[in-house]
This record gives sequence, structure tokens and C-alpha cells, in this order.
Amino acid sequence: MPIYCDHNASTPLRTEVLDAMLPYLREQFGNASSVHALGSRARCAVEAARAQVAALIGARPAEIVFTSGGTESNNLAIAGVLRGTQRRTVVTTPIEHSSVREVIRGLQEDGCRVREVPVDVMGRVTAAAVAAQLDDGVVLVSIGWANNEIGTIQPIEGIAAVCRARDVLLHVDAVQAVGKIPLQVRDIDLVSISAHKLGGPKGVGALFARRDVVVRPLLVGGGQERGVRAGTENVAGIVGMGEACRLAAAEIGGFGEACVALRDALGTGLQASIPGIRRNGPLHEDCLPNTLNMSFNGVRGEALVAALDLAGVAVSSGSACAAGAGEPSHVLLALGCSAEAARNGVRFSLGRTNTLDEIERVVALTASVVQRIRATRHAEHGDA
Amino acid sequence: MREPRPGERVVVGMSGGVDSSVAAALLVEAGFDVVGISMRLWGGTTDSGCCSFDDFLDARQVAARLGIPFYVMDFRDVFTRNVVEPFVAEYIAGRTPSPCIRCNQFVKFASFWERAQELGAEWVATGHYARVHRDPASGEAQLWSAVDPAKDQSYFLFAIEPAVLARTLFPLGELTKAEVRQRARSFGLPVAEKPESQEICFVSTAGYAAFVAEHANGRTGRAGHIVDTDGRIVGSHDGVHRFTVGQRRGLGVSSAAPLYVTDIDAATGTVRVGLRAATLAAGLVAAQPNWLSGLPVARGARLRMKIRSRFAPTEVTIDESTSERFVALSAQGLPAVTPGQAAVLYDRDRVVGGGWIERALRPAS
Repeated sequence: MPIYCDHNASTPLRTEVLDAMLPYLREQFGNASSVHALGSRARCAVEAARAQVAALIGARPAEIVFTSGGTESNNLAIAGVLRGTQRRTVVTTPIEHSSVREVIRGLQEDGCRVREVPVDVMGRVTAAAVAAQLDDGVVLVSIGWANNEIGTIQPIEGIAAVCRARDVLLHVDAVQAVGKIPLQVRDIDLVSISAHKLGGPKGVGALFARRDVVVRPLLVGGGQERGVRAGTENVAGIVGMGEACRLAAAEIGGFGEACVALRDALGTGLQASIPGIRRNGPLHEDCLPNTLNMSFNGVRGEALVAALDLAGVAVSSGSACAAGAGEPSHVLLALGCSAEAARNGVRFSLGRTNTLDEIERVVALTASVVQRIRATRHAEHGDA
Repeated sequence: MREPRPGERVVVGMSGGVDSSVAAALLVEAGFDVVGISMRLWGGTTDSGCCSFDDFLDARQVAARLGIPFYVMDFRDVFTRNVVEPFVAEYIAGRTPSPCIRCNQFVKFASFWERAQELGAEWVATGHYARVHRDPASGEAQLWSAVDPAKDQSYFLFAIEPAVLARTLFPLGELTKAEVRQRARSFGLPVAEKPESQEICFVSTAGYAAFVAEHANGRTGRAGHIVDTDGRIVGSHDGVHRFTVGQRRGLGVSSAAPLYVTDIDAATGTVRVGLRAATLAAGLVAAQPNWLSGLPVARGARLRMKIRSRFAPTEVTIDESTSERFVALSAQGLPAVTPGQAAVLYDRDRVVGGGWIERALRPAS
């Protein structure tokens, strides 16, 4: 088995989660909308899961809408709010996930205006910078709680306060934050989460939508999820998400401490054994506990990721969702990195199964692979 | 001279087609530590089908079937600079480029070899039909034509640097196309019946002239007159990039006997046409040669020369040969000597070297 250091892309399904799901893939196959006993049992399972998800983030169960994942949650939050209003300006940042960027780009083509709040070299925005963008035309601010590539955690509490003061809705993409840092959604209007980032299954996520926020559905049909998201519920997936959230709520303090120790050991080890490397993004308290993004001078991220994979270490360059090979990271470009540095960024994202022994092996393997890549002769006509 | 040994790492270029898929399978069967790479060469929005998601997916599925690691890597910068941009510039200059040769020279057997080394590979391999003969007597790696003359691609490979050739494997060189398809079926590869790709990969179905016009940034081949062998103006055209020496169709000139393009003067925009006999040259001058032994071939050497991939080879005598250029003379005459195309020299099956055609040497008459 490879040493898996790509938990921001996806996490292994936890055994407890699989065990919780299996009955709903086998004998408990009922449709949660059916009247009979099988249907009733499915309904109860879905609602129990809703309560587990709500408990992790400090929400009421009725404010949780199950979706097919983080991308759908982001689409539903942004497009679902914009469709119902006269105000047509959205405020966001240049480092958002593509599922936020693309839905906003589509709305822009339909006549919405978009403003971007600048980020500093660590990828941080300030509440004051958000406030400076707000006026009576702004309907929604959409901002990621924590960045998937570099781990930057935004000051959401302060941003929520300025949005509230100006009567502007706040959507937070919390896909990377939920389960990694303790968070409460009480001052926020819309929050996207995804199950497979915290030990749950792929294909299921949720949108927290405050009771008084009007979200127009993107999918219509049988009126499931209080009419906000039609379609027969993915009962097993939802049960899995609930169990993953229950486990995360119980373990979140220990997760952070363990990950920080491993992440810092990794960062220190790489810095000590490899010259010409640079950390992208913030240190310590402003960063997710599990995320380390490094650029290695003269080493394209694409090459390092493939070479490490061959050596038995799974990491990423850029976001796992980037469609093409070799694109420079839009996040690193927004931080002010050159195109070359933005191609050189490699993300190590740790999880609850990593060990210190693994981290030591990752350091040694990375050092030897980087040395080999740097020793490879590059002809004059070759690229950087 | 190194000999490939089972267990050593080979990076194989996988396009998603039958040939490169079978090449990878044969290397796996032979016991190599095989890594598959698809090269993302071109990011244009053409309908050429090049570097499509489906192609990469085919390659990925073949790799999965073979149980080998597989990656898509980005070569768009080096491909654009060394293949696409010169392709456009050559047509505008009234020459006829050979992009596949430049791709082999600068991308597949240069940058690709560097990427392979980054992954710890000792060898690179492709699905080209050609052979590398590791000659025990001379200790050098020689480029030989494929066993199947109908599929031989050695012409396109003459510009490989000798040091890279020494680290190259062509697993298909001893096989015919029919045998390759048979092997694909017996390996159970999902691409066994996939049709051949023929056209220049990055040029859309709209054709090369449209591609040149689209990518020329306002420059285009100069418009001008079509002139016959007596100097008479017999027509006009709207850009020299639409013509290639030896071309017969699409001239827009009526004549009792078929007329062929014999010469293109990009500076004046003049396209000369003549009867078939007027396309025959006594020899040619080729520039920027690649000598696969590292040394220019001896003056006076009698070799066979191909000036198009699909033309039969012609007996030539080398009249001049340096590291800068060579002159080859033919007693029987060379048809349609086309500046920008490659002249590749063979000694029996062995590619001695080759160069880029600068100009034809006309008969003394």
C-alpha cells in the first residue's frame, strides 16, 4: 500500500462508516418516501443522519439539505440564492474551488456582477477587505472556510459580522474545514460540506441553509429535502455521512493535535534535507492542521507527483479537480507566485491514519526523488 | 553500449492507439518495469481529436489492463515552440514542414527522455515501427528501418540524438501491423480494433492552410502569381502557404497536360509550375544534418535516400558532407524535391543520417 498523503482530495472510508452503511445497501433498501415499514426505516435513518450532521456544525437538523456532494452544495447555495433576488452582485475571492468559480462564472454570463476580494501572500482575506466590497447591490458573499491547496483558514467570524451588518448573505464552502477544525455555523447563512473529505462515502454532501434563507432548487421533482433538492435520497450514503460526522465530532480535538505534529515533522524534515524549497501558504494557526504545500525549485509538481507515486507516496499538485495536466495552480498564482512556481507546488495533506514512521519515509523518499529530478539534464530547448 | 535488461524501468509513450499499447504490453511481457505516459501536446480548441480526453482514457485503461502505472504529462510548451510555431513559419516562408519529425526530435526523444529520467527510467520506448540495432562490433546503437516496409517509420526518426537513440526501445520493429493487431487481441487490449490516425495530429479537419491562417498572428504567406516554365503568368493565388512542391491539384490553372508546382518563391509570392519532368532535380542540398554515428558520412558514399516518407528510396552519391550540410546527387533524378521536408540517407536498412532540404539542384541543361 502506498503512503497516502492526499486527504484533501479524498479520505479512506472509515470502517465504522461502512458498517453503518451496509444494512442500507442490503436488506434496508426502502425508499425513504414510501409509506410501508421499509420506507419508514429508511426515513428514520436519513433523519438520524441529518441530526448527526447538524450536531457537528452547530446547526438545527431542519437546516441540513442532503446533496450529491460539495460541488452540488456550492452550486445550490450560489445559484439557488441568486435566482431569487433582484440584487445581482456576488463577492468572492480568487482562490475558491472550481465548483464555486465556475458557477459564479456562469451567473456572470447571465448578467451578474462579480467582485473579488484580494488575498495576501498567505491566501488570507480580511473582514475589512470584504466590508469594502459590500454595497446595496451585493446579495451574496461566497468564500471558502479553508483552502484546499494551501490550507489557509479565513476569519469567517469577522466576515460573517460584516455581512450581517450590511444585510448580505454569506455562503461558506467548508468542504475542507469540516472535520479538520472545530467550527460552528451559527452566524452564517449557507455552508457546503462533503462526506468523503472526513471518512464518509463519495457522492454525498450537505448544504446548511439557515431557516430564513430562500434557496431555489436546482433539481425539481418529488419535493424531497423540503423541496430544495428533489430526488430519492441516497440513504446509505446519507447514513455514512451521518456516521462520519458523529465520529468527527467526537475526535476533532485529537485529530488536530495529531495532524499538526505530523505536518510539522514533515515540513521540518523536508526543509532540513532538501535545499531550495519554499512553503506556500500560512504557518500554524492560520492553516489547516493537515496541509503542507511546498514548491521545490526546478522541479515541476507534475514530475514530483508521478515520481513519488512510483516510490509509493500519494500526493497532489494543485487541486485533484484540475482537468488538465500541467496547469499552474490558480491559487498559487493568486498568492503572487510566478507561473513556474505555481507549477512547482506540491500538496501533502495528512489524515488520521498517517504515522510518524510514514512521515520519516516520505521525507527520505522526497529528498531522493527531488535530487534525481534536479540531476536530470534539461536540454536548452526543454521547458522549465 | 548498454543492453536493456528485464527489471529495468522503461517509460513508454502511450497515445491510446493500438501500436503504443502493444509496445507497452510487449515490454511488460518481457519483464521490464514499465511506466506509461500520455503526452499532452496541444491545448488548442480544434476538432483535430489530438490529446482528447478519450485518447488519454484509452491509454489509461490499457495501462490498467497491463497493471502498470500511468500518468498524463504536459508537453504543450515545448511542442508549441518546437513543432507548431515552426510549422506555421515554414509554410509562410514557402516551405513544406515536417512536424512529426520535429516532434520526434524535440519532444518524444528529447523532453520525453528527460521526463523519463526524472522518473528513474533507464529506457524510453514508443510504438514506432523502426528498429534499434545495438551493434557489438562498433559499440553503437543504430537506427534501422522496420521489418514491415509498409509501416516503416524510420524516416521520421532520423533526427534523434544518438545518445537518446542508445536509450530507446522500439518493441514493434520486428512486427507487421497485422501481427501487432493480433498481439493486441491476444493481450486482450481494449483498443485492438481502433482505427489508425493519419493526419497531422494538431491540425483540424478544416485543413492545414486554415490552421496556418489561424495561427499566423496576422502574417500569412505572400499572395502572387502562378508562372509557367517560360515565365508567363498563368494564374494568381492568395498565399504561398497553400502550395507545396510537387502539388498538382488545386492550382486553378487550366492546361492540356497536368501541371505541378516546381518552385515557390516566398519573397515575391511567385509559384512556378511545369510539366512532370520539370519537377525532376539532379540532386539536393540539405541543412542541419543529424549523423547518427556522430560523424558526417564520407564524401563519395553511395547510399539510398528518401525525400518523402512514402516515396521509394533513390540511389544517390554524396558529393559533399559536413556537420552543417550535405549534397546528394542522383543519376536518375529526384522528383518533387521540397524545401522543408527531410532527406534521409540509408545504407541498406540502416539510417545513416538525414537533413532538412534547402533546395533542389536542377539539371545542368
